[in-house]
Parts: sequence; C-alpha cells; structure tokens
Amino acid sequence: MAKILDKQRYKCAMGAMSTVQAIERAIPVLHSGAGCAQKLSNSSGSSGYFSPNIFPCTSINEQDVVFGGEKKLHSTIENSLKVIDADLYVVLTGCTPEIVGDNVDEIVADFKDAEKPVIFASTPGFKGNNYQGHEWVVDAIVEQYLSPTEKKTPGLVNIWADVPYQDEFWLGNLRELEKLLAELGLIPNTIFGYKRGIENIKKIPEAQFNLLVSPWVGLENVKRMQAKFGTPYLHYPTLPIGAFETSKFLRAVGNFAGVDQGKIEKLISEKEAYYYYYIERFADLFLETRVMSKKFSVVADAQYVLGITKFLVNDMGLFPAKQYIVDDTPKQYRNDIEGYFKDLNYDIEAAVEFGVDGYKIQQEIENTDYHGYPLLLGGYWEKDIAAKTNAHFLNVSWPVNERLVMNSYYVGYDGGLKLIEDIYSVVKTRFN
Amino acid sequence: MAMQLDISDIGTRENRLGSITGYVGDLQDLANQSNCGSLKGGVRCFSQSSTCLSGCALGQLSGIRDVAVIHHGPAGCSVTGAQIYTVTKQVAKKRGVVNNTVYIGTDMSEEDTIFGAGDSLHDIVVETNRRYKPKAIFVSSSCATGIIGEDIDSIVAELRDEIDVPIAAIHCEGFKSRIWASGFDLSDHAVLTTIVKEPKQKRNKINFKNFYESARDDIIALFKNFDVEPVFLYANATVEELSHISESLATVCICGTLGNYLGNGLEEKYGVPYIRTINPLGVVGFETWLREIGKVIHKETEVEQYIQAERSIYLPQIEEVKKELEGLRAVLGMGPGYTFEVSRVLQELGMEVVWAAAWHYDKRYENGDIPPAMDYLLKNTPNFEVSVADQQNFEILNILNTYKPDLYLSRHPGSTVWAIKQGYPAVYVADEYMIFGYKRTLEFAHTVLDTIRNRSFEKNLAKMVKLPYTDWWYKQKLDLFLEKTK
Repeated sequence: MAKILDKQRYKCAMGAMSTVQAIERAIPVLHSGAGCAQKLSNSSGSSGYFSPNIFPCTSINEQDVVFGGEKKLHSTIENSLKVIDADLYVVLTGCTPEIVGDNVDEIVADFKDAEKPVIFASTPGFKGNNYQGHEWVVDAIVEQYLSPTEKKTPGLVNIWADVPYQDEFWLGNLRELEKLLAELGLIPNTIFGYKRGIENIKKIPEAQFNLLVSPWVGLENVKRMQAKFGTPYLHYPTLPIGAFETSKFLRAVGNFAGVDQGKIEKLISEKEAYYYYYIERFADLFLETRVMSKKFSVVADAQYVLGITKFLVNDMGLFPAKQYIVDDTPKQYRNDIEGYFKDLNYDIEAAVEFGVDGYKIQQEIENTDYHGYPLLLGGYWEKDIAAKTNAHFLNVSWPVNERLVMNSYYVGYDGGLKLIEDIYSVVKTRFN
Repeated sequence: MAMQLDISDIGTRENRLGSITGYVGDLQDLANQSNCGSLKGGVRCFSQSSTCLSGCALGQLSGIRDVAVIHHGPAGCSVTGAQIYTVTKQVAKKRGVVNNTVYIGTDMSEEDTIFGAGDSLHDIVVETNRRYKPKAIFVSSSCATGIIGEDIDSIVAELRDEIDVPIAAIHCEGFKSRIWASGFDLSDHAVLTTIVKEPKQKRNKINFKNFYESARDDIIALFKNFDVEPVFLYANATVEELSHISESLATVCICGTLGNYLGNGLEEKYGVPYIRTINPLGVVGFETWLREIGKVIHKETEVEQYIQAERSIYLPQIEEVKKELEGLRAVLGMGPGYTFEVSRVLQELGMEVVWAAAWHYDKRYENGDIPPAMDYLLKNTPNFEVSVADQQNFEILNILNTYKPDLYLSRHPGSTVWAIKQGYPAVYVADEYMIFGYKRTLEFAHTVLDTIRNRSFEKNLAKMVKLPYTDWWYKQKLDLFLEKTK
C-alpha cells in the first residue's frame, strides 16, 4: 500500500536498468515513459559505453496507453539490434505497459532467433524497488540466457554482492571481494564492471559455488541457480569491512570451498599483521581525538548498516546506538537480519529498526543521547540532522552527494582503513 | 487563443501550441511549413530515452522556498526529489537563505494500481502538512495514477477544506507529451491559479523567470540603474513573493521555452507586460531585450546610457576574441529556446552554424506569435540545417559524423559526453546565464576559445573508446526512423 516516502532511499524496480548497465556490452531496452531512464539514472559513473540517454525506449504516449504499445516495442527492439552495438539486449517494462496489459513476453519471443540475445524482465515501478528489480534482472539472465551444464570448474566461485549504482562503492567492493577470493586460491567470477560481462555470465553455471555477500539482496537468485544448475551457495550476510569480519569471511569462504586450513590461516595472519601495522601507527589519533565519542548510528541499506555496525563495534571498539535499515527489506528476511545484529563482540546487541520514513528516523536520532558528538553514517539526507545534532557525518549510502567515488571501496582490510580515513577526515575538522 | 486559467489540466504543448519533436530540414523550410500550417511533426519507430515532463514541472515548483511537493506514484517517479534536494540546498546556501522545501513520494504498490490509493494520498498530504507546515502544497499525478484514473483534482479539492495553504493538483502523466517543457507550463499554471493574487498596488519590480538565479547579484545591480528590482522565479522565491507577481511592472525571462506560459498568463490575466523580445544572450539579444524593458518601464534614456557605457568596456574585448573564433563550424543541440538564441550568438561571434538540433519546436507561443529567436534568424542570418529531436543522441552523433564540426554545444546532461567520445570538442551550456549580457558573452567566447585550443581531453578519450552505435547506423539518413504523422 502507498506510504509516505519522506527522504527517499531507493528507486523503483526499473532502476534495475543500472544493473544491466553495469554489465559490459549489455543494454536495457525500455518499454516505458520517455523520461523514466533519466530519472532513474545516477549522474555518478554513468557515461560508460552506454549511458541512460543511449538506452532505447518506446517512450510511451497517450495512443499507446489506449491501443497498447506492442507494435512500438517490436520496432524498438528490431531497430535496437541494428543501431546499438551490444551483446545482450534486456527488455525492461515500466508501469504503463504492465497496467494496460501489453503482451511483452510474446513480443520478446519474436526475437528468439535474433543475432544477439534478447531477454526480458518485468520491472514496473509499482511492483517493487530497485533492490528487487536487481534480483529480477539477474533472474531473467539465469532463466532466459543460461542453460545447465555438465562442466564444472573446481575453485570457480560466482560472487554476488549488493546493487550496482545504488551502492556507490559497488565496483570497488566487488573488485576487492574478487581479490580476497583470489588470495585464497579461488577463481572469482563476477559479471559487473570492467572486462567482466558476457563471458563471465556464460561461466556462471560452471561454478563450484555461488557466494552471496549481502544480508538479503540476491538470495532468491542463488536459490534459483541452485535449483537450475545444481550450484550450492554460501550466504555470507555481512559485508566484510576491516580485520575482524574479513578474517571471519576468509575462513567461512575458505572452509566452504575446501581450501587448506593452513593456507587460510597463513593468509589471515599476513593480512592482519599488515592491517595492524596501520592501526598501530594511528591508534594514538583514535584514542586522543577529543571530539570522537563512542556512540554511532548508521542509516542505510541492510548491507551497510550491518557491515559498518560490525566494523565499528568489533574492530574499532565503538558502541552502537540504534541502527536504521531503510531499503524496505522484504518482511521474510527481517528476523534473520535482526539476529545478525545480536552477534557482536562482548555480547553487545545493536537495536535495529526497519523503516522508510526518514522523518521519523531523524526525529529519533535527534532525541537520542549519544553521550557526546554522535557519529552518523547515512544517506545525504542525514546531513541536515547531523548539523542539528552536531554529529560527525559521513555520507555512505544512497543518495550519495557532495562526494565523488570512482574506484574506492570499504570491503576487506584496506576497505576498513579507507572507512577510517573517511570518518576521521570528518572528525578532524573539529578540535573540540 | 485565450489561456484556460480556470482548470487544473492545461493540455500539452503539442495540443496547445502545435509543437513537434520530429523534423529534419532547414530553418526556412521549418518556418514556411509552420506559417502555412502544413508542419506536422514526425514520430519515430525507434527512439532513445529522453526526459519526463514531471521533472520540469516539479523541479520548478520544488525550487520555491518552504513548500511541499507530493509526487503520487511509484518510487521511481519521486526519485527526482533526492537530486533536487541537493540542488535546492546548494542554491539556497549560495544566496544565504534556507529553503525547507520537501519532496515526498507515495511509493505506490501493485495493490494500489488495482484499488487506487486516494485515501493514502490524502493522509500523506495531511501528514506532510503536519510535519513541515509548508507555505503551499503541490500534489502531482504520474503515469500509473493517471491510467488507473486516480482523481487528484477531487482529492485536492477535499484537502482545501482541511488545510489552510494553497494546494494545487499538477497533472504530470509522463505519457501525455514528448515535450518535457510542457512541464514548465504545468508549474506556471499551478502558480498562476493557486498562488498569485489579484494585484492591489503596482510595485517597482520586474518578474525574472529563470532556473537557478546564478547571475542574481549582477542583475540586481543592472536593474538598480533603472530603479527597479528583479523578483527571481522560482528557485528561492517565497510563496509570499509569488503571490505579488501580478503587481510587477513587467515579466522577463532568460529562456522563452521556460517563461512563455507565465509571461503570457500574467499579461492576459493581470495586464503585466511580458517582454517578448529575443532573449538577453549575446550582444544583440541583450541590447534588444534591455531596450524593450526600458520602453515598458519608461527608462529609455537610462538604458541607452547604460548600453553605451558597457559597450565601450566590452565590445573591443569581444571583437578581439572574435578574431580567433571566426569561421569555426558549430553544431548545437538544445531546447528550442536556447537552440535558436545560441545560434544567433555563435554567428555574432563569427562562427558558422552548420546544424541546429532543437529538442522540440513550438510553432507559436501562447500569444500566437512565432518564437522571436526564430523570427530574428529568419530575417537576419543565412539559412542553415535544422532538426527537431527530443534529445535523440543517435541522431546527434550521426550529424556530427557527417558534418565534422569544430565544436558541439549542448545544454542537457548526458549529451556533450557523446560528442567528445566521437572526438569533437564540446561546450556544456548548462548555466542559463552563461551567455547573458556583455560580460558573460565575453566569458563564453573565451570558454569556446579555450575549448578549441586544448583538445587533449576529448582526443585522449576518443582514442580509447568504442562508440555505442553500429557502422550501419552512421551510414543511414538521419530521418530513417521518422514516420510522417497523418
């Protein structure tokens, strides 16, 4: 049911056009209003090989509402194949054709023998948000583009993490996850970003297992792949940031993959020594910055709230105030996610709330005693409440404005150091 | 044709003004066909995504200080609010004011498309009002609410009994129009019909319709010479200021596409003269515009003195840069307001316009006249090739590939990058005041010159990238997908 979206944190399902955009040489073909793509695009890293104003679009008009837009969809797909030099065409539907009942499946089926693959995901805005839209696009690839195979490549691991473009650090995070797996001696396989794309998509069914690094986004996908290809999956809910969680992550993945214990432990001790070389050198700063207090809140999607909470508690020794998950997490996942927040060092439990009403969240923050300057990590919306509450504020989750992220990341040992850099670059603007 | 200021849904530019989004030809032909009534825009059987009128309508309204925009639709429609929030805050900060405007979505669900969400919308408006006490509330529809027949007019009518600030219904179904500028008209219409009050006294003010008032300080100083003050619309304007714009001496605008509806509406309803000259871009545009203002406010002598003083400072400098720009060949793609204005300025600066692409074309404005910038070109400049395309990037790249200009100029996000990927220097004419008056015309000329002189960035990039279009497309005629409408 409709609800107040005050300080909006997500887009609609068709925002998954960005998921397609993140696959090299794949292009969304939109059966939607002319302006949907522009609204749903981020002007952050968007002018790659394809940009939203290259996406073919049926640009639905009044006539199409009355008479249906199937003919226009057909000519748009047909000519997309001629005009646009892509390797995968993903038809996405907006609200209008879904309400007026265009038979998109049938039109797309007309192109089953086309020179290049054309697939379809139903993504009307009213059906869900872009976290779910992302899952539906991956499902469409799995269901319509890939077939089961006998061939299995030992050590090949498909890595799935959170949503491209919605997560400002999506690309850097994925690359770092790949590196961590490679250091375990595994062969990482991801489909998003530079030089991954279609060739890697084709390898998906061969993998030894799927690794999902997200509290909930993508769980449907890995289950589907298990059913279709017989690929087992490891669900690691926490985005590993910093030493504590990354070491835990390496053990979990290594054990699941059957990597030699000695190898795992050797890697971890090398990484931790490296990480603590830096922490040791800056520990005085962390202890002796007089404006830094202990309490923090994160207002973000489930992956960052969980990942950052674990990092700040388990690595940095801070203490969680209430945490806010604002991605409209589907209800069936909420219990499990709450559970993850009870698994912190020293039996610390973080209170966590699911909600999309930014006004209420900010009111709570304003009425919370952080016993010093609050540390607030969140969306750009939190800038105001941070100013009001004298908080240290870092914009980590969508919308991310007034900062530029190209290839940086918060994942892993180095990612933890980067997050500390970013937090203290804010903290150090004050003396007392 | 009289404007219909008594209803909430005003129709599109296609219907009211005969505007089109598909045409390939030249300036003279476009004008001839417009005059004899034979101009019928084509429709494309293949197109790329462009822009939604709701962005223009609600973007304008959410610039007003301390109001609430409630966008009734799925989350993708209201996502604009997240971008607008930053701009609004930054634009207010620059001026040293605080803008507490909120942009709220309703996150319409599948269930709502079946049963409607009128009650929820009602409650959301009431709750928004309780939270923020906005000075005015704008309630907008979307494609989805439009198709299921959500009656926002009735909901707004009910809310007027409960809430004591102006509330307007904005009909933003994106499928209504290919012309996003129809959204500007929707915002003007809402302001005219729900906020502007009957004049009580004349004020020494001039309404200045613009986007983000970046030249605010300069224009205040300029108008001070003539003892008038500008009222900038709508970014940072207060509802109180807007309620008095019927009392101003005149309305001017930085862009005819943007200002046409409000200007004509204020003139028709309240007798506020609308300055309909070419726009104040470049020297000719600025002087023509300023002289007309002088005439309307009876300050002709002062205006003439100002012009002579400024000319002596800037014209020699402009002439100097002009020598370097002479003969450069330019292609431009902009909204029709700017396309034909900037075409004039480029020619003033000695450049040749080889192709002008307008994102749409208004055969006539609200008062029935053809747009003045077009009129000026027809009378004063050589004919050149013209197309009308709602930001169809594949057409632009085809044009660039065929004409190989020295420079591409565009005014819309995501357009210039494709020109540079194809190896052509590009200037992004984003700020509406980039070519305003003498000083900025000079600065613009220097920007063009600097762009031409150092082509490293685009050359470096073009060398490394592959273009997204097939070779086949580059060999096709531009109007391949343009089907004539019956």
